[in-house]
Amino acid sequence: MSDRFSGMLLRRADDALVLGHRLSEWTGHAPSLEEELALANLALDLIGQARALYALAAEKGAGEDEDALAYLRSDREYTNLLLLELPNGDFAVTIARLFLYAAFMDNFWRAASASRDRDLAAIAAKAEKEAAYHLRHAAEWLIRLGDGTEESHRRAQAALERLWPYTGEMFEPEDEVLVAADVCPEPTGLREAWNRTVDAVLAEATLSRPAEGWMQSGGRAGRHTEHLGHMLAVMQSVARAHTGAKW
Amino acid sequence: MSDRFNKSGQVVSLRERAWAAAASVVDPEIPVLTIEDLGVLREVVEGEAGVEVRITPTYTGCPAMGVIAWEVEAALAREGIAPARVVTVLSPAWTTDWLSAAGRAKLREYGIAPPGRAGRRALFGDEAVACPRCGSDATVLLAEFGSTACKSLRQCQACREPFDAFKCH
Repeated sequence: MSDRFSGMLLRRADDALVLGHRLSEWTGHAPSLEEELALANLALDLIGQARALYALAAEKGAGEDEDALAYLRSDREYTNLLLLELPNGDFAVTIARLFLYAAFMDNFWRAASASRDRDLAAIAAKAEKEAAYHLRHAAEWLIRLGDGTEESHRRAQAALERLWPYTGEMFEPEDEVLVAADVCPEPTGLREAWNRTVDAVLAEATLSRPAEGWMQSGGRAGRHTEHLGHMLAVMQSVARAHTGAKW
Repeated sequence: MSDRFNKSGQVVSLRERAWAAAASVVDPEIPVLTIEDLGVLREVVEGEAGVEVRITPTYTGCPAMGVIAWEVEAALAREGIAPARVVTVLSPAWTTDWLSAAGRAKLREYGIAPPGRAGRRALFGDEAVACPRCGSDATVLLAEFGSTACKSLRQCQACREPFDAFKCH
């Protein structure tokens, strides 16, 4: 049970850290100062969620501590969604990805705040408020881009088409033992709520929902795109060069 | 390292002394608030292994938590309270409702609008936020994400003053 639980925590922690790191890459490059602060704030929330989840996973025996889990595991040991490791692309891709993920996590964390595990429930109770802010921010931008200029509309639609094949992975079933024990919500059950959010925002943004088709998979089993290894090489370089350093 | 007498000759327990020391620590980013005002200081317990001070994080990614834990340790050490340790507890999760009335008043005086009552409506800024300077409710949101994770940036339409507002959480 403990292995199952820490495995689930690592999946969610890896998701949060990988997207948090991607968003932090915008620092110094965002289209406006206001948006730069916003993206850095979102990254901070996600990295904070990752820390809490890693610390709990470490307590359950998944590793030495949060730093070891974040900085000393290879790409094959990471179990994040492929969607989150893709490069930022242009601003439309960054926003569309944030939107698709936050629309899912808003419901996931709300459901997880009723977890039988008190620590996970407490992490979820905070994370659901953060996810709600993220969803609103991303949705407002997606509407502005979709319903903006011809160029911003074209880019937003292209971003959705590019990312859509990666959305199926969010709904892959969670560990059935944990779900049966009411420790963790079952993602498949959150699909309808996600559809409603996505359809409502896309309609307002005058964007069309991409056709359903073949879905990418593999992140949960450690099979990643080529991008994750490069991202981790940068993210982990200081910790690996100075193993055990404290500052 | 145990109970002492205060100036009026009353016995002050070790637990009370530890609480007072920990409660003197201020938020590094909003130095008018103590961690007691914030509701971050949860409990002080005396066990066989010494004094344990329990604190809880506010925002998940709040970078101030590390400094706060370190400051509590230093405050206990200054009081000669040892052995002591600081423990972070997650449950139940902190919300802005835990800010004390005194804390809210201090925030307003400092120029930061205190948060409304927590809830999903307040979370989305549907509630009026009064200007901490002139008290007018006619304020607008300038930026949802402000100088720290816990604040947004607003402006008063009456006195034109821009100000930070503590977000509901």
